[in-house]
Amino acid sequence: MPDVLTLEGVTAGYAEAVVLSGASLALREGEALAVLGRNGVGKTTLLNTVVGVTRLFAGRITLGGRDVTRLAPEKRAAAGIGWVPQERNIFKSLTVEENLTAVARPGRWDVRRVYALFPRLQERRGNLGNQLSGGEQQMLAIARALVLNPKVLLLDEPTEGLAPIIVEELLRVLARLFREEGMAGIVVEQHAHKVLGMTDRALILDRGAIVHAADSAALKDDAATLELHLGVARKSEPRPLRAGNRT
Amino acid sequence: MTIPHPPATRVTAALARRGRWRLPEVAFWALALAALFLLPGRYLILNEIAILALFALSLDLLLGYSGIVSLGHAAFFGLGAYTAGLLARHGVAEPVVGLFAAAGAAALVGFATSFLVLRGSDLTRIMVTIGVALVLGEIANRMAWLTGGADGLQGIVMGPVLGTFEFDLWGQTAYGYSLAVLFVLFLLARRIVHSPFGLSLCAIRDNPLRAAAVGIPVGGRLVAVYTLAAAYAGVAGALLAQTTQFVSLDVLEFHRSADVLLVLIIGGTGYLYGGIIGAVLFRLVQDELANLTPQYWYFWVGLILVVLVLVGRERVVATLAAPFAGLLRRFGRPVREA
Repeated sequence: MPDVLTLEGVTAGYAEAVVLSGASLALREGEALAVLGRNGVGKTTLLNTVVGVTRLFAGRITLGGRDVTRLAPEKRAAAGIGWVPQERNIFKSLTVEENLTAVARPGRWDVRRVYALFPRLQERRGNLGNQLSGGEQQMLAIARALVLNPKVLLLDEPTEGLAPIIVEELLRVLARLFREEGMAGIVVEQHAHKVLGMTDRALILDRGAIVHAADSAALKDDAATLELHLGVARKSEPRPLRAGNRT
Repeated sequence: MTIPHPPATRVTAALARRGRWRLPEVAFWALALAALFLLPGRYLILNEIAILALFALSLDLLLGYSGIVSLGHAAFFGLGAYTAGLLARHGVAEPVVGLFAAAGAAALVGFATSFLVLRGSDLTRIMVTIGVALVLGEIANRMAWLTGGADGLQGIVMGPVLGTFEFDLWGQTAYGYSLAVLFVLFLLARRIVHSPFGLSLCAIRDNPLRAAAVGIPVGGRLVAVYTLAAAYAGVAGALLAQTTQFVSLDVLEFHRSADVLLVLIIGGTGYLYGGIIGAVLFRLVQDELANLTPQYWYFWVGLILVVLVLVGRERVVATLAAPFAGLLRRFGRPVREA
């Protein structure tokens, strides 16, 4: 599989502060990558740098073989980067449907299809963004990224602050996207157990640098590494996801 | 996999639903048209209301839909007024041609200055827009050989509208003309704000960074809407010049920009009718107060505005118009949480 997204020696941050240092990674088509790490190690900055909303000090970013290092965020989005930020940032004065139609681009993911993925959004299609619960906002944020028909989906702590039942529903949808739909994506998450089951590979960040890379399945069983870098050896199995294996 | 409805069809259907005409809207415009025949003694003030409404509509496109605060919108109003006035004075007496020229001139300056308002915060934008209006005001003052300076531009003679409707002393043609232009430009604005372009403006107003990250070209859209709003303001200015057949430096002054902002504060932003309803209330209240207390009427206007801001327009409107709340919502006002 060819690489859909690559970062080569990327150093980035905000204003004069360097947060991410010399990060390199390659994401293949249809591959899901988990980015793990403690609070404040640069996980969100990594995604923000791909999106183009940080200050880039050095390095190169390509998307589908095209150099997007100097492109503005809107051009990167048009080139195929779908971003689901931590804060969700729903357009609060637009309805659910308008949030989607305002940004939709032609492709296999259209409004009808994301409604099939998130039936709850269809039920609330006429509600304004600020009338949605946290979970619904997160669903809308993911749906809005999907109707852009991205090449790569970037998810920044998608389950943060949500009720367990909603987390379960979201994880099921994400597993379906990665496993059945073949969507390439990067999921940033503090809690390794939530995402290692649905991703192919995993990176661990520490103090702005990638300190460990492994297959997700292997890392899931590597209690020593999880303990060393994340401070949490896997103590309990997450509830099994319904999605099947990728074909 | 078969996709039963292509995205474009679904987007169009969704937008068409939102852009559907409602009965109160039809009634509103029918009433405005009826005034042309039923209120013969009020044509002059009705004409002023229609022009102010168009001016406020143009600011609503900026403030209500794009979140751009402007305190210098009179720059484009005045430019349109001078363009139409100068054209008429130099032989182009057809009003509609004057409107197009005014829209073009205002759009050109709007486009050129739009890049200044793209940068910075609201405060920066306020200062820049005031600055542009001041610069244009001073240019008009200095170029007295062209604009008439402090004496104003005199000797404007307008021909009949479309070669048919002569302007009359009582202002019936003037009101009919202004109302027709307001209606046509309202239809256009309505079409625009219910299009994906309009939705993207709302997205930018809500969160510019996020809008850019989902592929909306924020800079380009803001330039486009600023240029469009400038053209609308230019047309409003042209209407004033053509229907009063006089242009003075007053059209570029700060109070014009402040008044139109007050109109939007009164009527509300982000639903197009705010500017029109605000213009009706602002001008009628102003007129009535000026009749009651010719010396202190501005004091009362100020007091009403202070109360409106302190108490909150939503609460004042809710109290005064509770029986009509459902009707107002049908004008397309988005339902907001308290």
